[in-house]
Amino acid sequence: MRAVISVVGKDRPGILAFTANECANRNINIEDVTQKVLEDIFTMIMIVTIPEDPEEYHSFVTDLESLGEAQGLKIHVMHEDIFNAMHRI
Amino acid sequence: MRSDYILETVRMIEEECLDIRTITMGISLLDCCDSDIDVACEKIYRKITTAAKDLVQTAKDISMEYGIPIINERISVTPISLLVSVSGGDPVKYAKTLDKAAKEVGVNFIGGYSALVQKGMTAGDEALIRSIPEALACTDIVCSSVNVGSTKAGINMDAVQLMGKVVRECAELTKDNNCFGASKLVVFCNAVEDNPFMAGAFHGITEPDIVIHVGVSGPGVVREAVKEAGPDKTMNEIAEVIKKTAFKITRMGQLVGSIAAERLGVPFGIVDLSLAPTPAVGDSVARILEEIGLETCGGPGTTACLAMLNDAVKKGGVMASSSVGGLSGAFIPVSEDAGMIEAAEKGVLSIEKLEAMTAVCSVGLDMIIIPGDTTAETISALIADEAAIGMVNNKTTACRLIPAIGKEEGDTLNFGGLLGYGPVMPLRSVSPEVMVKRGGRIPSPIHSLKN
Repeated sequence: MRAVISVVGKDRPGILAFTANECANRNINIEDVTQKVLEDIFTMIMIVTIPEDPEEYHSFVTDLESLGEAQGLKIHVMHEDIFNAMHRI
Repeated sequence: MRSDYILETVRMIEEECLDIRTITMGISLLDCCDSDIDVACEKIYRKITTAAKDLVQTAKDISMEYGIPIINERISVTPISLLVSVSGGDPVKYAKTLDKAAKEVGVNFIGGYSALVQKGMTAGDEALIRSIPEALACTDIVCSSVNVGSTKAGINMDAVQLMGKVVRECAELTKDNNCFGASKLVVFCNAVEDNPFMAGAFHGITEPDIVIHVGVSGPGVVREAVKEAGPDKTMNEIAEVIKKTAFKITRMGQLVGSIAAERLGVPFGIVDLSLAPTPAVGDSVARILEEIGLETCGGPGTTACLAMLNDAVKKGGVMASSSVGGLSGAFIPVSEDAGMIEAAEKGVLSIEKLEAMTAVCSVGLDMIIIPGDTTAETISALIADEAAIGMVNNKTTACRLIPAIGKEEGDTLNFGGLLGYGPVMPLRSVSPEVMVKRGGRIPSPIHSLKN
C-alpha cells in the first residue's frame, strides 16, 4: 500500500533530505517526489510504499509528524486511497 | 495523482476541521428480550460488549492509517421501550446496563433509550418515557429520544403533553450539572431509523442485526469553498460550489465507513452527510450562511440561504455514496455552533427564526437554552409546533430544548466539549395551556394518503 506525505514550511536547505532520511531509516521506499517553492513557502509531496505492519507504520507517522513540527514543518501522512476516493469519480 | 488535489485535501483536514464526526455501530437488541428484566439486561450487556469490543480500536487504526481524524465512536440500539414492553419492571435498569456496556467498550455515547409513540403509547412506552429524567440523571453517556409524530400517523398530543413535563424534569434533576440531562433527550417527528448522530440515534427494527453507519462533517470546508468563490457568483453558482465540496466530503465518509464495516465484519449501513458544527472556530454552519452574504445569521435571507445550502449538500453527497441516509443536511444547533451563539447573543437570532429555518434544513430546534421558569405546557407547545412542521413537510424535525433551571434571559449555560455553551434565549410568555391539555391526536395531513 502507498501513502502520500505532504510537507509544508518555510523554505530552507535540508527539508527534502530530512524527510528522505526519516524514510530511509525505516526502510521506506520513496516512489515519487514533487516539490515547489512559492514565495518562500516550501511544499513537497512524496509518494512512498508503507510497511505492512500497522504498528511499524503508526510509529513512523507519529515520529515524522512530531519531528517535523519541532522544525516548523507541517507534515501530514495519508493513505493514497483517500485522494482517489475524493477526487476521482 | 495531482498535487493540487493532495494539498486541497490536506488543507481541508488541517485548517478547515474536516473530519469523520462519528462511526456509529447499530446493534439490534431484539434477541435480548426476556420476561425477566435482569436476564434481559445481562443479555444486552453481553451482546454490546461482544459486538462492539473492537469498534474504538478499529476507528483509531483507520484514523491513523488513513490520516483522517475520527472524532467519535458511538452505539445505537433498538428502542428500549420494546424490551420494557416484554419485561416490565423498572426501565432505569436498562439505562444503567447500556451505560455500563458502553463505557466498557469505550464509546462516548450510546443512543436508543427511546420510544416510538406517534400513534399511541403501550404500557412499556409510557413506563420508559416517564423514566427518562431519572435514567438520564443517573447515567453519563446514555441518550434518549421519543418520536411523537409522523406524516403517516399525525401527532400524538398526549405524548407531546407528557414530553413537556419530561424535558423539564430532565433539566431539574440535573440542575447542578448545567441541566445536562435535557441535552441528551430529543423529541422527534418523522424520526429516522439509521441516524448515526447523537442524541437522537437509535437502531430501527427494520435494520440488520449489527450495522455500521458513518456521519461526516465539514462546515469549515464548505465555508472556505464559498469564500474562495467570491461575492460575485450567483446563487446557483454558489450551489454548484457547495455540491462539489459535499461530494468530496461524502466520498471520504463512504471510504472510511466501508473500511470500518469490512474490518469489523458487519454490513455497512449509510453515510449521513450532515454539516454538523462544533463550537470550534471555523466549524460553524452559521458562518457559511454569513459567507453566502448575510451580515449575521438569523437576519432576513437566512431561511433562503439555508434552504439552498441544505439542498446542495444533499445533491452533492447523493452521488458520492452508495447509500445515503440518516438525517443528511445541515444541522443548526445553537450552543454547538460559534456563529449561532454569537447571533443569539446579539439578539439577531430568535427562536421564531430558528423555527422557520427548521422547515428547510435537516433537523429542528436543537440545543436551545430556554428560561428556567418556562412551563411544561410551553415546552409541549414548542414540541407540537416543530412536529407540525415535520409532519406537513414530510421531513424529520426535532426538539432538544434545555430549560436552564434557575436562570433567565441574559444568563448563559456552559456544557463544555462538543455540546458547547449558549445564552438563555427569550420566549414569548403567553400560555398555550388549554391547547396542550386537550391531548388526543392531530390527524395526519391529507397528503399522507398516497396509496
